[in-house]
Amino acid sequence: MYPFEEAPLDLILGIVLYWLLIGAAGLLRPASLRFVSRVLFPMGALGGLLLVIAALTAVRLDPASMVLPLGLPDLPFHLRLDALSAFFMVLVGAIAFGVSLFSVGYFRSGEGALPGLLCLQYHVFLSSMVMVMLADDAYLFMVAWETMALSSYFLVTTSHRIPEIRRAGFLYLLIAHIGAIALLLCFGVIHGEAGHYAFDALRANSLSPFWGSAAFLLALAGFGAKAGLLPLHVWLPEAHPAAPSPVSALMSAVMLKTAVYGFLRVGFDLLSAPLWWWGVTALVLGLLTALFGVMFAAVQSDMKRLLAYSSIESIGIIFAGVGLAMIFHTYHNPHLAALALAATLYHCLNHAFFKCLLFLGTGSVLHATNERNLGRLGGLMRTMPWVAGFSLVGALAIAGLPPLNGFVSEWLLLQAFLFSPGLPNPYLNMLVPLGSAALVLAAALSGYVMVKFYGVIFLGQPREDKLASAHDAGGWERCALAWFALGCIALGLFPMAVILMLDHVTSLLVNFSLSSVTSGRGWLLFAPIAAQRASYGPLFFLLGIVGTLAVTFLAVRAFYHGRLRRGNAWDCGFPAQTSRMQDTAEGFGQPITQIFEPFFRVRREMPDPFSRTPVYFKTNEDRIWYWLYLPVAHAHERIASWIGVLQHGRIHIYLLYSFATLLALLLFVR
Amino acid sequence: MSTSAQLINLMASLMLLIAFAMLAQRRIKSLIYLFAWQGLVLAANSLIVGWYTGHHELYLSAFFTLLLKVMALPLVLHYLIRRLDIQWDVETLINIPATLLAGIVLVVFAFNLALPISQLAGTITRGTLGIAIAVVLLAFLMMITRRKAVPQVIGFLAMENGLFFAATSATYGMPMVVELGILLDVIVGVLILGIFFFQVREAFDSLDLKHMEKLKESDP
Repeated sequence: MYPFEEAPLDLILGIVLYWLLIGAAGLLRPASLRFVSRVLFPMGALGGLLLVIAALTAVRLDPASMVLPLGLPDLPFHLRLDALSAFFMVLVGAIAFGVSLFSVGYFRSGEGALPGLLCLQYHVFLSSMVMVMLADDAYLFMVAWETMALSSYFLVTTSHRIPEIRRAGFLYLLIAHIGAIALLLCFGVIHGEAGHYAFDALRANSLSPFWGSAAFLLALAGFGAKAGLLPLHVWLPEAHPAAPSPVSALMSAVMLKTAVYGFLRVGFDLLSAPLWWWGVTALVLGLLTALFGVMFAAVQSDMKRLLAYSSIESIGIIFAGVGLAMIFHTYHNPHLAALALAATLYHCLNHAFFKCLLFLGTGSVLHATNERNLGRLGGLMRTMPWVAGFSLVGALAIAGLPPLNGFVSEWLLLQAFLFSPGLPNPYLNMLVPLGSAALVLAAALSGYVMVKFYGVIFLGQPREDKLASAHDAGGWERCALAWFALGCIALGLFPMAVILMLDHVTSLLVNFSLSSVTSGRGWLLFAPIAAQRASYGPLFFLLGIVGTLAVTFLAVRAFYHGRLRRGNAWDCGFPAQTSRMQDTAEGFGQPITQIFEPFFRVRREMPDPFSRTPVYFKTNEDRIWYWLYLPVAHAHERIASWIGVLQHGRIHIYLLYSFATLLALLLFVR
Repeated sequence: MSTSAQLINLMASLMLLIAFAMLAQRRIKSLIYLFAWQGLVLAANSLIVGWYTGHHELYLSAFFTLLLKVMALPLVLHYLIRRLDIQWDVETLINIPATLLAGIVLVVFAFNLALPISQLAGTITRGTLGIAIAVVLLAFLMMITRRKAVPQVIGFLAMENGLFFAATSATYGMPMVVELGILLDVIVGVLILGIFFFQVREAFDSLDLKHMEKLKESDP
C-alpha cells in the first residue's frame, strides 16, 4: 500500500535533484514559452505528486538521517526526515503539484522575465523549501533558507520593469534579511558552547533561562519576519500583488509555512526547556496579527492585497495555536498540547489549499480582465463559471463553513481554547478565554471578508464593459483549481485521516497522539477530547446540507415550476439600473472602517459641492508603517548624512583621520 | 657605552634629523635626495646591528635596502619628476615652523610611548625604538601636510623606512620572508603610483591633489 517504504529520504532527495534539473533544463531554451510551459512545468508537477507519496510514507516511519558529502570541508550537510518535516513536505508536494499544473496554462509570453529563467527560479524555490525541511544542521538550514528567499525575490520581481514591483521586491528582500539575521543569531545563541551546528548537538545543549529566552525571541522575530507576524508583516501586502499569481499562491501557501515549520522545530525540538511566557508571547502576537490582518483585509479594494492580508490573518491564527500548544506543553498537559498542535498543523494544510485556490482564481480573473481593482470587476460568474465555482469552494472554506476544511481546524483550535481546564496560572486562565473570543472575532470577520471578495468579483453586474468579453480559465488551470477545491472538500470531510497523520507529528513533539482518545468512534464522528463533550460529524453536515438543498430544489420545482421570471439583478422596480448603483468594495468595507477607525490611518478626499468634476477617494493605510518603519528609515538617513560629513574628498583629511586614529590607539594601548 | 652602540645611536639621530629635514624641505628634487640619504643611513644601521649582534641575515636586508631605497626608487622618482617636469617645483607648504613644532610634539609622544617597550626589550638597539616611532609619525605628518602627489609618495616611502628601522631596533629585523614581502609591496606600490601620476596629470593637467576634492558624494 505504501510504496518507497525502504528509503523515502532517498526518493525525496531524488525529487529535489529532479526539480533542479528541470530548472536547469529551462535554460536550454530560455525564450521558448511552449517548451517551458508544455514540457517542463508538467514534469515539475509530477515531482510534486511523487513528493506527496514519499512524504506520506515517511510520516509513519522512524526518523531517517543522512550526511551529504556537500558543503564546506569538515562541515558536511546533515539531513534528517522525521514526522514533522514529512508532514510539511506533504504540504509542499500537494501545493507544488497544483501550482505547477496551473502554471502550465498561466504564463504568457512577453511578461517580464524570460520563461526559462522563471522556470529555473520556480524550481529552485521548490527545492530550497524541501531542503529547509530536510536540514539537520543550522548551516544547511540557513543556506536553504537564503536560497529560498533569493529565488522567491526573483520570482516576485518577474515583471521587473515596473518600478512599484521593484520597490515591493526590495521591501521583501530587506525584511527577509532582517529575519535571516535574527535566525543566524538565534542559532548562534542555541549553539553556545556546543561543538558544532548539527541539530543533535544543539538539542543536547541545555541553555540557561536567559539565553533560552533570547534564542526563542530571536526565532520568533526571524520566523515571524518570513511568516508576516505583526510588526514585520509589511512586505506581504506589497509582494503578493507584485508577484505573478502562481508565485503568490506558492509563497502564501508554502513559504509562510516553512516559517511555521522552523518555529516549531526551534520552539519544540531544539529548545529543550520552554518557559511559560514564550507560549503567551506567541499567542498574543498571533492573535493581534490575526485581528489586524482580517481588519485590513476587510477594507482593501485590490483583490490580491486583500488575500495577502487574509494570509496575515491565517498566519496569526497559526502562531496563536502554536503559542497555545507551547503553553500546554510547558504545563505538562500533553493532551491539550497535542490538540492545539494538531489544530494548528491542520490549519496550515487547510490554509495552503484554500489560499492557493483563491490566489490562482484571482490569477485567472486577472488574466481574463487585466484588472486587480475590485471596483472594476463584478458579475464574472456568468463569463467565468468554472473559476467562479471553484473560488466559491475556496471562499466558503476560508470563511470557515462546514463541511469544508476551514471549519474543522478552527473548530479544533477553539476546542483547545475552550476546554482548557484550570491551568496553574490564574492570569492565563483569564487570558485564554479572551484569546478564544479574539479567535472567533477573526474567524467571523474573515467570513465577512470572503463575502466581500466573492460578491464583488463574481456576483452582481459587470462594472466595466470589457468584462463581458472575459474568458474562462483554460483546461490546465481548471484542473489545478479542481485539485485544490477537491482538497478543500476532502480535508473537510475526512478529518480523522488527517488526524491519524498528525498523530505522528504530535507524538514526536509533545509525546501524545490524539487518536488514542478519538479512535473507536470511527470515521463518522470526530471527538477530539471525549465523545460526551464535543464531536463533529462532517458527513452528517454534508448530508444535511445536500438534503436541505434537495428538498428546497424539489419544493421550488413543485410549487413554482413554470412560473419562473427572469429580471435584472437587484431590480427593485427602478427602470434605470446601472452597474454603478451596486454596492462597491469600499462600501462593503465601510462598516469595518467605521468601527475600527483608530486602527487605520484613513485619508478622505471629499468632493467640493460646487465642483464640476467631483473626486472622492479614501485610503486606509497601515499605522505601523508610519510608527515603526518611516522613523527607522528617517533615522537611518539622518545618521548616514552625519557620517557623510566625514567625507570631504581631500586626501589630507583622510590621512589625518588615520593619523588621529593611530595616535589614539597608541595612547590607548600603552 | 660600546662603540657599536654609539654608532647605532648616531645612525638613529641621523634618521631623525633627515626626517625633520624632509618635513621642512620645499623642493621635490631635494626631497628625493633626502629620501636616498635616509635609505643609506638605514642600510648602514642594519649593517652595524648585524655585525655587532651576529645576525648575518641583516647584511642581506642592508643590501636590499641599499639596492632599492638608495638606488632604484630614487632613480625612478627622479625619472618621474623629469618626465612630469616638476623637478624645480616649489611646494607651497602651510607654515613650516608650525609643522616642525608639531613634529617635536610627536617626537616627545613617541619617546613616551617607546619607554615601556624598550624597558622590556633586551636588544642593544632598544634606545632607538622611540626614534623609529618618531620617524614613522613624522613621515605620516609629512603626508598630511603636502599638497602635491609626489611628496606624498615620498612620505609613504619614508614611513616604510621608519617601520623598517623600528623592526631592526626592537627585534633585530623582521623575518626575511616578511621583509622581502614588504620590499616587493613597496616596488609594486611605486610602480602603480607612477602610472597613476600620469593618469592624474592627463585628467587634471596638474598633480595638485585639490583637484580630487570633487570625488565625493554631493550634498542632497
